[in-house]
Amino acid sequence: MVSVREQLDARRLLCPLPVIRTQDRVNTMAAGELLEVICTDPGAASDIPAWCRINGHKVIEMREQSGELVILIEVGEKKR
Amino acid sequence: MMQQRRALALISGGLDSLLAARVVMEQGIHVEGVNFYTGFCVEGHTHAIRKKDRARPKRNNALWVAEQLGIKLHIIDVTEQYKDVVINPKHGYGANLNPCLDCKCFMVGKAVEWIGEHGFDFIITGEVVGQRPMSQRRDTMRIVVRESQVGERLLRPLCAKNLPPTLPELEGWVDREKLYGFSGRSRKPQMALAKQFGLMDYAQPAGGCCFLTDEAYSRKLADLWESRGAREYELDDIMLLKVGRHLRPRPHFKLIIGREEGENNFLQGYQRRFPLLRMISHPGPLTLIDGEVGAEDVELAACIAARFSAGRDAGQVEMQLIDRDGSEQMLQVFPMPVAEVRLEWYL
Ligand code: SF4
Repeated sequence: MVSVREQLDARRLLCPLPVIRTQDRVNTMAAGELLEVICTDPGAASDIPAWCRINGHKVIEMREQSGELVILIEVGEKKR
Repeated sequence: MMQQRRALALISGGLDSLLAARVVMEQGIHVEGVNFYTGFCVEGHTHAIRKKDRARPKRNNALWVAEQLGIKLHIIDVTEQYKDVVINPKHGYGANLNPCLDCKCFMVGKAVEWIGEHGFDFIITGEVVGQRPMSQRRDTMRIVVRESQVGERLLRPLCAKNLPPTLPELEGWVDREKLYGFSGRSRKPQMALAKQFGLMDYAQPAGGCCFLTDEAYSRKLADLWESRGAREYELDDIMLLKVGRHLRPRPHFKLIIGREEGENNFLQGYQRRFPLLRMISHPGPLTLIDGEVGAEDVELAACIAARFSAGRDAGQVEMQLIDRDGSEQMLQVFPMPVAEVRLEWYL
């Protein structure tokens, strides 16, 4: 199965900008698609998962990779 | 069945906006939150840049509030449009460079646009009459209503009983009797209400919700405007005002000196946008030079920066200058004696 997997470069942005960029990108994506966010502000490690919980998206993976934070999100259903 | 009404709550991350949203949710209204990012917002972890602060629990208070309430939160980047609010506030500033009244008008105005686009019925804020000197007096509350063009769609659940009824009350979407009549500066009623709702661990912002209420920050912003001869800024400028020591030894340039590793890493990201000084012979700060500088200025900058390094007492230290074009140059300088680093240089 080929699934959509997008990447978002949020390096050097300070919170809450990584969250805002994530939100704006997720809003253009469909349920089930994956978004990989790369950021450097350690605050994103708590903010992006919090934002996902609130808005019904799933953090599938979070890892540190050469000093950067990589967060993989699965876009959830968007009910209005 | 009656149609469920929808409200947009302005969520600052403080207790008042949390309570206001909660009070309205209790009445069966569908509530979503909005938080405006101006570039000056104080985050639970704005100082996460500093390594020593990283140990503290980190959270974005607006997100935390939304999670407590179980509501969606829309964070909107208004950094560009907000510049005009900070630079030309029609109603002036508060104690520092905080344009609170214009800011409130702007935010409620943005919320008005949002509910129009999304088909929501009204707006909620956590304002309380008489709570803050400038933006929460009764007459200024009227100004907010007028300038934001919100009309009767702005409900302030914590002090509604002291104000004329608004549309949600008149239409019976919410029961006015179940709203509150708080006023004045006492925080006791809010704390009691929080307890009643079983809310704990909420943020208690001391001054205001943003850096513009901070005296030291405002001083640095005023210096930025003065030195450029124009009241303007970019997002990077106002981010950098939160980081490092700022010293202006000459009118045409200032130094931003990292105070520890986290700040050095952050400043490193500005390489190529500013000339940058790095210590070579000793552990020490990373320093950005903001302004157009000549060789003499660079030397002065290096002597000052060296004063904040582990080589401050060494005879001579070695530093590297990396210019905007990426060219590198080694410098041998004598750290400036403490007594010569003038107090008035510190911003
Ligand atoms: S403290 Fe800052 S964010 Fe809050 S109302 Fe005043 S200017 Fe606006």
